[in-house]
Amino acid sequence: MGRCVTTTPPEFPDRFFQFSRPLAFIHVLVKITERGIYDEAISSFFRNVDTRAVGDGGSISKGRICSLKARAVLIDMEEGVVNEMLQGPLRDVFDSKQLITDISGSGNNWAVGHKVFGSQYQEKILEKLRKSAEQCDCLQCFFIIHSMGGGTGSGLGTFLLKVLEDEFPEVYRFVTSVYPSSEDDVITSPYNSILAMKELNEHADCVLPIDNQSLFDIISKIDTVVKSGKLGKTVKPKSLVTSSVGASRKRHQKPFDAMNNIVANLLLNLTSSARFEGSLNMDLNEISMNLVPFPQLHYLVSSLTPLYTLADVNVPPRRLDQMFSDAFSKDHQLIRADPKHNLYLACALMVRGDVQISDLRRNIERLKPSLQFVSWNQEGWKTSLCSVPPVGHSHSLLALANNTCVKTTFVELKERFTRLYKKKAHLHHYLQVEGMEEGCFSEAVSSLSALIQEYNQLDATKSMPVQELPRLRIAV
Amino acid sequence: MSILTVQLGQCGNQIGFEVFDALFSDSYCSPGLCSKKENEAYQASCKERFFSEEGNGDLVARAVLVDMEPKVINQTLLKASQAGRWKYSQHACFCQKQGSGNNWAYGYSVHGPRHEESIMNLIQKEVEKCDSLSGFSIIMSMAGGTGSGLGTFITQKLQDQFPKSLKMNQVVWPYGTGEVVVQNYNSILTLSHLYRSSDALLVHDNDAIHKICEKRMNIRQISFSDINQVLAHQLGSMFQPTYSAEGSFHYRRSPLGDLMEILVPHPEFKMLGVRSIPQMSESSLAYSTFTWAGLLKHLRQMLISNAKMEEGINWHVRPPVSGLPTLGKTPCNKELHFNTSIANLVILRGKDVQSADLGGFKDPALYTSWLAPADAFNAWKTQRAFNKYEKSATLVSNSQFLVKPLDLIVGKAWNMFASKAYIHQYTKFGIEEEDFLDSFSLLEQVISSYCNL
Repeated sequence: MGRCVTTTPPEFPDRFFQFSRPLAFIHVLVKITERGIYDEAISSFFRNVDTRAVGDGGSISKGRICSLKARAVLIDMEEGVVNEMLQGPLRDVFDSKQLITDISGSGNNWAVGHKVFGSQYQEKILEKLRKSAEQCDCLQCFFIIHSMGGGTGSGLGTFLLKVLEDEFPEVYRFVTSVYPSSEDDVITSPYNSILAMKELNEHADCVLPIDNQSLFDIISKIDTVVKSGKLGKTVKPKSLVTSSVGASRKRHQKPFDAMNNIVANLLLNLTSSARFEGSLNMDLNEISMNLVPFPQLHYLVSSLTPLYTLADVNVPPRRLDQMFSDAFSKDHQLIRADPKHNLYLACALMVRGDVQISDLRRNIERLKPSLQFVSWNQEGWKTSLCSVPPVGHSHSLLALANNTCVKTTFVELKERFTRLYKKKAHLHHYLQVEGMEEGCFSEAVSSLSALIQEYNQLDATKSMPVQELPRLRIAV
Repeated sequence: MSILTVQLGQCGNQIGFEVFDALFSDSYCSPGLCSKKENEAYQASCKERFFSEEGNGDLVARAVLVDMEPKVINQTLLKASQAGRWKYSQHACFCQKQGSGNNWAYGYSVHGPRHEESIMNLIQKEVEKCDSLSGFSIIMSMAGGTGSGLGTFITQKLQDQFPKSLKMNQVVWPYGTGEVVVQNYNSILTLSHLYRSSDALLVHDNDAIHKICEKRMNIRQISFSDINQVLAHQLGSMFQPTYSAEGSFHYRRSPLGDLMEILVPHPEFKMLGVRSIPQMSESSLAYSTFTWAGLLKHLRQMLISNAKMEEGINWHVRPPVSGLPTLGKTPCNKELHFNTSIANLVILRGKDVQSADLGGFKDPALYTSWLAPADAFNAWKTQRAFNKYEKSATLVSNSQFLVKPLDLIVGKAWNMFASKAYIHQYTKFGIEEEDFLDSFSLLEQVISSYCNL
């Protein structure tokens, strides 16, 4: 990367927080950045620290990579996952100052995470937040990565969202939320998810919902293709969306790793246009500007294509067009949803690699007739072109849709919640936590119902004809 | 006299680079097909307009680069220095770390006031490098946040600080579908505000230029760079020197001033469009010859039928039969066929230019009734060929060219406004519903005025 910048400081540092999930994202980033030079693209997510210096080690803005430290805070209310990580290949990317752990765990209880640990750790979290924020030149965005079904991610994670809003009101809060599937093994997950949803409704700028079942289905699909070899061509090694990009050594991957790698790729592609150059840039703050027409409707359905790249280097346009078609199909969404048969409020196409504006336009024209857009946003497309493709690919596409199909997940969640709540099952675990009342549950449910209602109202406009509204008249 | 270019946002900076590159390569790298002496005079005139010269003879673009994030400007500077033919001044760039997020309000109300002093200082310094200043060419898109919002703000400040210098905004009209979701909001806010502070808006339509790349230039996979090069070609053919008068061999000294005087006779009408012919790929050019009569016949029909390029011209459109009373013309229905003009400028460059017959453009039936054809039409010429074309013609027109696209954008924005979608993103930065309503009413007035020519 030969950049001719003289003294421009690092740009767009984003911060992110993680709860309980292995660190695929950082892993992927570290692998990609093993090029030895600390540039602006890397500086978005990492500090370059001279570890030989005494004390904190001054950050270095340019030149060779000495020691990368992730701009991240890791929070877990038990020690297992974090400890395991500190033994693993990523141990050097974090230091103890970035960790917040406890030993007792939240017991899959939102109330324990939110109310107990929230108040207990508020000061500590704030202190680490401020410290890490000070090390950014221009703090643009927080990424919060958490699960909805458990106790820590859902409870403490959404607590943190409020803390961030109060402390850094100007900084965008992007949340990647992993929703439980219906065969979830956490019995209280509907409670935790509903309580967390209310916080997401109120305090997030953008939420990218993801569910484990969809990720698992995508992995199975890739496995089938790779094993069957029926395409008659070999799949290019290391190009799978599920593999650690550029991983230097082979190791047996657990399905969780593969699933996490999909999420990692989602975040990589989401930020690529802000990190790398291109002919049509898209900054992170453009995402909510373009895709969130009303503050509450900030849930975006995402899809990643291609899932793998075939080994031959020549890319016929047909295959490029297939990438665009796939992005709209049910099988490629990271949450169980069918955007094609529901209503679009807006849609973003973030393209990387050797793709030009004419390819983008051709595909929009081609796909538009099969998609339904809300009457007041018939041309609700946002596009970006980033010239740097993901490692192992010649091109890739991340589609983000604000589409009423996301409602399905919310409706199912509400049903599962209602079944449990009717019997008052496990409720006492929550109500014995200080500050929790039954009111918390009813407020959370009505918040979710209101959201579902908003989507219903939009869906109802689908069958109505698009009407031209009378314009302002000029008296001649 | 010199023109200072202000490049704003990703679009403005990418196009700005292509414009200077087109001007440079036309002046210094193309044959010109004229006498050495004439070529030297042309080069000197181009240099005075667009470049300053450093002690070592390097040409420096008269430009200020502004963006709210660093990537594009870095890339632009790199491209210019790698080509090594001309360069940007090191001290004429202003960038920040965080873009305007496609939000006009953010560019206009936050970035504008916050960086006003630094940007205006940069502009002031560049102005001082000019012996005499004709005016500003401000390149911006209207879809995004920085070009549109900050560009509008800076135009207003230029109006305050340099009231006597002319300001022409190069406004890049977004694709009808799919650049930015809120492009129609950003566009109406940009256009309505520019209408108050700019002297003329020269509109460049992405859809039209895209089609030119596809149909005329035969480019299979069209990139933004291709589009910007076509746009730069059009601007270059408009801004390069021409003789100051018929039969004179001196080059015109005040390009912007003369342009405005001719094309903007009334402040209610300041939306200009540009058409250039021929435009074709180099491989086709080798097998083509042109006559002035043929070029001008096409250009005239492009004018009266509102065709955006030399392909698919509707030859059935005819001017209304003269002699009939012009009153009681059909009011604005959205199917405008005949394109009525207020004023037109045709610029001819190349061999035997004095022999070109421009009679077809002088027909009173082409123009609105309140301006005499002698005032409404002008032609500028030079023997010096432009770029690789032996003969070429460019039309800059103040006519009904933009009624339909403007009407579409206002209509779409109005539909969205009625549902109140995205309004919260603007009120967050102080642009209220009333501001939108003001913009709507001003633009409806503009549409109505153009319709009733």
